[in-house]
Amino acid sequence: MAAAAAVVARSSSLSKLRPILRSFASSAASDDNRILTIETFVPFTGHLIDPPSRAVDTTPAEILSFFRDMARMRRMEIAADSLYKSKLIRGFCHLYDGQEAVAVGMEAAITKRDAIITSYRDHCTFLSRGGTLLEAFAELMGRRDGCSRGKGGSMHFYKKDASFYGGHGIVGAQVPLGCGLAFAQKYSKDASVTFALYGDGAANQGQLFEALNMSALLDLPVILVCENNHYGMGTAEWRAAKSPSYYKRGDFVPGLKVDGMDALAVKQACKFVKEYALANGPIILEMDTYRYHGHSMSDPGSTYRTRDEISGIRQERDSIERIRRVILSHELASISELKDIEKEVRKEVEEAVSQAKKCSMPDQSVLFKDVFVKGYGAETFGSDRKALSAALP
Amino acid sequence: MAAALQTAALLSASPNPIDSRRFRLGSFARSLPGTRASFLVVRSDGSIPNSFTASSRSEKFITNAVATKSNAPASSTASKPGHELLLFEALREGLEEEMDRDPTVCVMGEDVGHYGGSYKVTKGLATKYGDLRVLDTPIAENSFTGMGIGAAMTGLRPVVEGMNMGFLLLAYNQISNNCGMLHYTSGGQFKIPIVIRGPGGVGRQLGAEHSQRLESYFQSIPGLQMVACSTPYNAKGLMKAAIRSDNPVVLFEHVLLYNLKERIPDEEYVLCLEEAEMVRPGEHVTILTYSRMRYHVMQAAKTLVNKGYDPEVIDIRSLKPFDLYTIGKSVKKTHRVLIVEECMRTGGIGSSLRAAIIDNFWDYLDAPIMCLSSQDVPTPYAGTLEEWTVVQPAQIVAAVEQICK
Repeated sequence: MAAAAAVVARSSSLSKLRPILRSFASSAASDDNRILTIETFVPFTGHLIDPPSRAVDTTPAEILSFFRDMARMRRMEIAADSLYKSKLIRGFCHLYDGQEAVAVGMEAAITKRDAIITSYRDHCTFLSRGGTLLEAFAELMGRRDGCSRGKGGSMHFYKKDASFYGGHGIVGAQVPLGCGLAFAQKYSKDASVTFALYGDGAANQGQLFEALNMSALLDLPVILVCENNHYGMGTAEWRAAKSPSYYKRGDFVPGLKVDGMDALAVKQACKFVKEYALANGPIILEMDTYRYHGHSMSDPGSTYRTRDEISGIRQERDSIERIRRVILSHELASISELKDIEKEVRKEVEEAVSQAKKCSMPDQSVLFKDVFVKGYGAETFGSDRKALSAALP
Repeated sequence: MAAALQTAALLSASPNPIDSRRFRLGSFARSLPGTRASFLVVRSDGSIPNSFTASSRSEKFITNAVATKSNAPASSTASKPGHELLLFEALREGLEEEMDRDPTVCVMGEDVGHYGGSYKVTKGLATKYGDLRVLDTPIAENSFTGMGIGAAMTGLRPVVEGMNMGFLLLAYNQISNNCGMLHYTSGGQFKIPIVIRGPGGVGRQLGAEHSQRLESYFQSIPGLQMVACSTPYNAKGLMKAAIRSDNPVVLFEHVLLYNLKERIPDEEYVLCLEEAEMVRPGEHVTILTYSRMRYHVMQAAKTLVNKGYDPEVIDIRSLKPFDLYTIGKSVKKTHRVLIVEECMRTGGIGSSLRAAIIDNFWDYLDAPIMCLSSQDVPTPYAGTLEEWTVVQPAQIVAAVEQICK
């Protein structure tokens, strides 16, 4: 299982390493597949279930790919921040920096047949599912080469071929959708699972409990993942939820609390719950994580929390720093090699940004495209079957 | 009458109420006398499906069927008289045929499975297809509609039933944002081939909350198609078309129309979702209506004919988009329009239709368009009050007389 994930991780990291593979030929770590067992920083806490062991099997290649992927995600979000401030990205922009370990760890534990559905904070999940930086930046800037052809925006990233179902603006609405994905997986006997992600703010939505009840009734292979970054926009979790133990909220459904800033812990937990869900039905994961930016770019993020808190988390729990420490303590790479990776990633992101800036806006002719799909024996028009008719594919 | 009793006995007596030999069409119609052979099922894109009925005979597949009473003589010489059934049975027949044809079609809703559906539309289906394919959900409209939409994103074709359309207000977010808009916001990646159906409209003293007409609320959701059935013939055809459509379709049924009886063809047919139905051709005035109001209009039409008027009655069927081609042809002929609907006066289907006609056919109108709709009140319980909220035939007659002055 670990070897397979490592091979996947290795091949994806190799494909990103391609431009500079020559200079890395001497470093064995990125090709290294020997199994390392590393302990998570904090043990898991279970509700109605025995938590998995703290010892995570991984490989140097995988750890390095974690580092590279998280660095890329961090860079992308910081670039999005500056693009927003220069008004190239408009509307709402919800940044994921700080929470990268959840996306990266989850991806390491699952396959592309397993589905992921998340909320509007979806840029990094899109990347981890195989989306490219160019598609992401182009979509953020509303260009036609964006992953949703410029029609979705920041909150509507999707990647169907990688089973990434988005990208949803309304808080909590993605969870019943996720249970529907799991329903379809069960219906088609797919042996795959769905991870439905939501935040601590969405955890108070009624439709979650409705969906959880139905999933438990039908033993759907769905994993509800609460990315608890402790703030629902400006409201701290203790002011919004009577019980902040989101992993226990399933009541009759078991739950697991995970340190979401530790990519290895996330990977272990996701592997564990995938096996559980395939056999038994729904389970809740609570990822204890943190976002450095505010809720969105319109929110400074400092009116409801102190800068000390933010910098404290950055110093003690930052996911990239932790992986860096793991790499250095196991001597998988040197400090300068890691700095090189960060420089490459920075360059990658800058190139993607400049390339995206050159992309053109969507043409007016696509305004009506994809409102409808050509149905059976049907032609579809605007309400008056005349000038506003859509040219259907 | 005897046929109806026989059908009723058939339905109540046998454990599997649907006698498949009697109701299954096409390749299974061999048991019926006088079955014509050699039909071929051809899909709309020209390909011939690998049908799991594995019929070596071909079936004449009627697309865009428009059968009206006036057309009946023409078609009956080519086809057999057909079979009689009630509207809810027609819906069930359409649903069952589609479920037979395509294993990805599934049903979800409250009490659709073991109970058989609160209006018996899904009776017997759970026994036949199993509990996963005909899913009894808890009372959680928001999430089971969301679940249906999520399943549709992967390629399943769910038919979500709202026990009463009014309950789907709880699922409005899912219907508007996820169902209607996902195809667009994902840049065309996901299609949502879902059918959302259920009975709505004013019934017999059901009270305000159970007499809602949701077509006016859903009409501006982009990406959604809306159709309203009114006869067993169009109920079955629209159900089948809605299931086969790759777009999300909301199929509006009416609580009071479920027991309408009609003779429908044995051959398989699918109606066009965007087409209106000519109920009664005429010369003096175009009356546009849908769902239950069609019957009030036809009742008024009898009186009008006696008084010397010749109304043209069109059942618009497609509430979104409007079939302005058929409507326009009619307006160009009669130059007078009356819209009769069950929606509220404010923001109803009638007001949108009126605007569309004015925008497109202003030059052809000889009189202002009149729109008769329900009053802007919560539907009261008392029978007399309830009658006053809905349009009655006498009002329709008076309106036509005024327009044609």
